Amino acid sequence: MATVRIPTPLRSLCAGEAEVEIPGATVEEVLKNLEGAHPGFAERLYDDGGKLRRFVNVYVGEEDIRFGEGLDTAVAEKDVVSIVPAVAGG
Amino acid sequence: MADVKALRCRECGAEYEAGALYACEWCFGPLECVYDYGHIADRIDRAAIERGPASLWRYKALLPVSTVPGGALHTGFTPLFRARRLGAELGLRELYVKDDTRNPTNSFKDRVTSVALAKAVELGFGTIACASTGNLANAVAGHAASAGLQSFVFVPASIEQAKITATGIFGGTVVAVDGNYDDVNRLCAEVAGTHPWAFVNVNLRPYYSEGSKSLAFETVEQLGWRAPDHCIVPVGSGSLLTKIKKGLDELHKVWLLEEQPQTRISGAQAAGCAPVAHAWEQGWDIVKPVRPETIAKSIAIGDPADGVYAIDVVNETGGAFASVTDDEIVEGIKMLARTEGVFAETAGGVTVATLAKLVADGVVRSDECVVAYITGHGLKTLDAVQGEIETVKTTPRLEDFTAALEAHGIDPRAEAAGRAPVMPFASAASRFAENGD
Repeated sequence: MATVRIPTPLRSLCAGEAEVEIPGATVEEVLKNLEGAHPGFAERLYDDGGKLRRFVNVYVGEEDIRFGEGLDTAVAEKDVVSIVPAVAGG
Repeated sequence: MADVKALRCRECGAEYEAGALYACEWCFGPLECVYDYGHIADRIDRAAIERGPASLWRYKALLPVSTVPGGALHTGFTPLFRARRLGAELGLRELYVKDDTRNPTNSFKDRVTSVALAKAVELGFGTIACASTGNLANAVAGHAASAGLQSFVFVPASIEQAKITATGIFGGTVVAVDGNYDDVNRLCAEVAGTHPWAFVNVNLRPYYSEGSKSLAFETVEQLGWRAPDHCIVPVGSGSLLTKIKKGLDELHKVWLLEEQPQTRISGAQAAGCAPVAHAWEQGWDIVKPVRPETIAKSIAIGDPADGVYAIDVVNETGGAFASVTDDEIVEGIKMLARTEGVFAETAGGVTVATLAKLVADGVVRSDECVVAYITGHGLKTLDAVQGEIETVKTTPRLEDFTAALEAHGIDPRAEAAGRAPVMPFASAASRFAENGD
């Protein structure tokens, strides 16, 4: 099981939890299973074309998945998958 | 006050009440100020602007604040000058430099900070804060001091010492983070959620970023209410580039320009941190983040918040992106300094070197009216060019001085002739001609 860290605006979808335990071998599987366990995540995380929204960042551990294999990035047991709204700055 | 009707998500279009809010609660897209342009148009005209203060506040009607705080700092309405020598060197007939080194803390970040600070005061905040690569830190600390507010600025520990010193001197708290700008940014997003501070580029970002539009407004006014053909803009987060476009468009929306500007906008990046230029070259609609490695630290943003929008603007206007190496950046700084007497920081070197590249590639045409944005002062990034400077060493004796010149291969008479100023001589010559001399 991976631990998924949920950002504040999405916690209402999982009873206010900041972290939930979700199985899956890749980021895509984890997010799919997250939707299965707590319906409502998918429409917030994906655009109409089924792609991860441009301002949603996902990290496995400290690594942004865009540095890895994107949604195909492998997730191991005990990994922490963080969903982080893209921050502003600049 | 400008009529900010709401904040609107750039991604999904959801609207929110205009408060200290920056990301869409539904899709996390960035929020942007929405104005009632019809109402603004009724109350604004060129003459009123020209009578206004010689600062960015002459365009207050198009900025999202109602009250301008007092204080001595004078932001904006910086010189736009015809860069004849640089233009001649690059093969451009009509090149202008917008010299934003001439702001209170010597970068364009005074503009965004002035607007954000005014908004912070309006919303009742007593502390302003920011995530910064250095220039914004200077501006936030300086403007906070001027307005009597507390400040907390967060910077990567690796930025230029000059920028840390020029921030700390104003008395706020400087937090040096062990990490790059994107790490600083992520930390600040969390801090903004836990401390009641006005983070100018986090929770006040929709207002803050509007300050950059003033560069477009001033450019057009200073060109005699004419939009340029082509703007060359340095790209870190991409915000400045998109706001120059927004500013140009707004001038038409409020009828300060009769025609919709057809200005092409091109983006300049450092090769060591060029995620936007790279995505544009690849035709991607997302920007893949990079780990920055460049001397142009002020624009070293590996995960640029407005990257995708900057790409949209460049494509829409027929511009281009290009990126330049650290060596080219140094050459760009030197070329601008040598030809125009303006000492730019590394980001300015990026702009000049990119302009040279785009001219060589035929993207920027020799007959265009071109404006290059020089957004920060060279004294902030002395390290980048320190090794480039050679002095002639001598004792106080004249014969040693003469020998030293010879040793350096300098012929004082040739130097005098070779460096004769082009314009004063040319205008002197035409005066003589008029006098029949």
